[in-house]
Amino acid sequence: MTMLSSDRGGRIFLALMAIVAIAVPVFNQLVPASSPLHLTPFGITLIGKYMCYGMLALAVDLIWGYCGILSLGHAAFFSLGGYAMGMYLMRQIGTRGVYADPILPDFMVFLNWKELPWFWYGFNHFAFALLMMVLVPALLALLFGWLAFRSRVTGVYLSIITQALTYALMLAFFRNDMGFGGNNGFTDFKDLLGFDLHADSTRVVLLMATALALAGSYLACRGIVESRAGRVMRAIRDAESRTRFLGYPVERFKLWVFVFSAAIAGLAGALYVPQVGIINPGEFAPINSIEAVIWVAVGGRGTLFGAIAGAVVVNYAKTYLTGAFPEIWLYALGALFVFVTLFLPRGIIGLVTAPGKEK
Amino acid sequence: MIRDKRLYLEDVTVSFDGFKALNELSLYVDPGELLCIIGPNGAGKTTMMDVITGKTRPSSGTAWFGPLIDLLKLSEAQIVAAGIGRKFQKPTVFEQLTVFENLELALAGTRSFLKTLRASISAVQRERIDKVLETIGLSDHRTSLGRILAHGQKQWLEIGMLLMQDPELLLVDEPVAGMTPHEIERTAELLTSLAGEHSVVVVEHDMSFVRSIARRVNVLHEGRVIAEGNMDKVQADPRVIEVYLGE
Repeated sequence: MTMLSSDRGGRIFLALMAIVAIAVPVFNQLVPASSPLHLTPFGITLIGKYMCYGMLALAVDLIWGYCGILSLGHAAFFSLGGYAMGMYLMRQIGTRGVYADPILPDFMVFLNWKELPWFWYGFNHFAFALLMMVLVPALLALLFGWLAFRSRVTGVYLSIITQALTYALMLAFFRNDMGFGGNNGFTDFKDLLGFDLHADSTRVVLLMATALALAGSYLACRGIVESRAGRVMRAIRDAESRTRFLGYPVERFKLWVFVFSAAIAGLAGALYVPQVGIINPGEFAPINSIEAVIWVAVGGRGTLFGAIAGAVVVNYAKTYLTGAFPEIWLYALGALFVFVTLFLPRGIIGLVTAPGKEK
Repeated sequence: MIRDKRLYLEDVTVSFDGFKALNELSLYVDPGELLCIIGPNGAGKTTMMDVITGKTRPSSGTAWFGPLIDLLKLSEAQIVAAGIGRKFQKPTVFEQLTVFENLELALAGTRSFLKTLRASISAVQRERIDKVLETIGLSDHRTSLGRILAHGQKQWLEIGMLLMQDPELLLVDEPVAGMTPHEIERTAELLTSLAGEHSVVVVEHDMSFVRSIARRVNVLHEGRVIAEGNMDKVQADPRVIEVYLGE
């Protein structure tokens, strides 16, 4: 991998991923449960969750840090990927549900529905569901991006309509007749590809898959930003009309990067759902998208690994603070964002890398 | 008429709400020539550039690029592709890219996203970039970020970005505005060296700069050429003294 030779942060990150992928099974499966070093299922889920957030942050950094598109609606793509996974998991429950209907998920029986809606077809096949986890967010991004970029909507206006997008989806998914479980969403999952989701071994494998997906997404994003296309993206970010004047189809570049970013976010959401065991419309809440942007800002925009670090650090703080002092979390988050913007424009990664080296 | 010039503007008129920005302007540029256009504010210099680059369409007259290309039938992008490069007054370079990368993006070639994902620089292209770097005097700054360049260096880099597309005709708008005397001298050398391989048209206010580079000067006033020749000749022209130099 020649592109990693100059990417020290990336090498450190990939080494960490490898360590996590090896250490988690060791400390969970081999260290006995009586030992204080034993990793509990709660611990595994927490690490897996952070890595999914890391993927979402990576997706945001690719478009914001490198292409200057500030999306405040990326949680929408994350949630759609999560819902696609949730639909597969719901179909897997089968007769083990409360109403024991072999086809219809419990909430549909409860709503007195007689047939499976057409858009639920195929979700009993994992391969189809897997495709949808990436395709649905990507297609929404394609449609939305095509309309927005073609009309030359940029800057704060784009940010506002992405907020509107995720808010509209949240309201839609809250409705029972949308066919996605209304405000309860999906939960009570049983198994994935035949493996019991409550078994430690399944959790460990899911976490390793997440580590692999995160590392793979990182390499893909790194590949893009190190290519000439990546330099065109930075050119667009810094001088959009000049780039257009050189003959580059600026809108196309933005659109493809946006779609790719949405696909990563979708995959992140899909990995998130079986680990946390629930997906509901609250995931579409505008605040979630804003938080993702804060992770990137805190970690260090335009570095990729900084975004992942930011997601982990902020979420660790959130886990701690919402447990210890639940009422101050939002104030702490806001203060953190202001502090980073004022004093650490290059994020926490900026503290450990030489100034001027970032791109 | 034998068409052997690089650029022909004949009887070009542009009027904005009755005001004639260009009034039956006729002007020719020879291949490889360095031509300076001077004239007081509002003489029509920028409008003339706009007509050549397709930004403004004249109400009458003709504009030909060489004997075969009718500029009035081409879009702005097609005119760039045909080989006319324009440098605007205010330099815009990509601040967060290196000098080398700035030139790389200006390389003629693919503009599609998927192709640029896999694009690499060929030996020929690398040589081309190196040559342009040398021409614009930034060989020592190839790995410097655009944002750390001095004002003059940014201007040269932007000229370099135009050169990457190897245009036959370069239009340069007020290249030395805001430059130090040393930078002005270097710019004069640069533009003089470009003539020969390219036709260069420079619009400039700075008289001493024009004197230092121009072999031929056209003086514009109220949308038409009122004098033409070498600097000494136009400076001695009584009409020129009256409208411009004598002020």
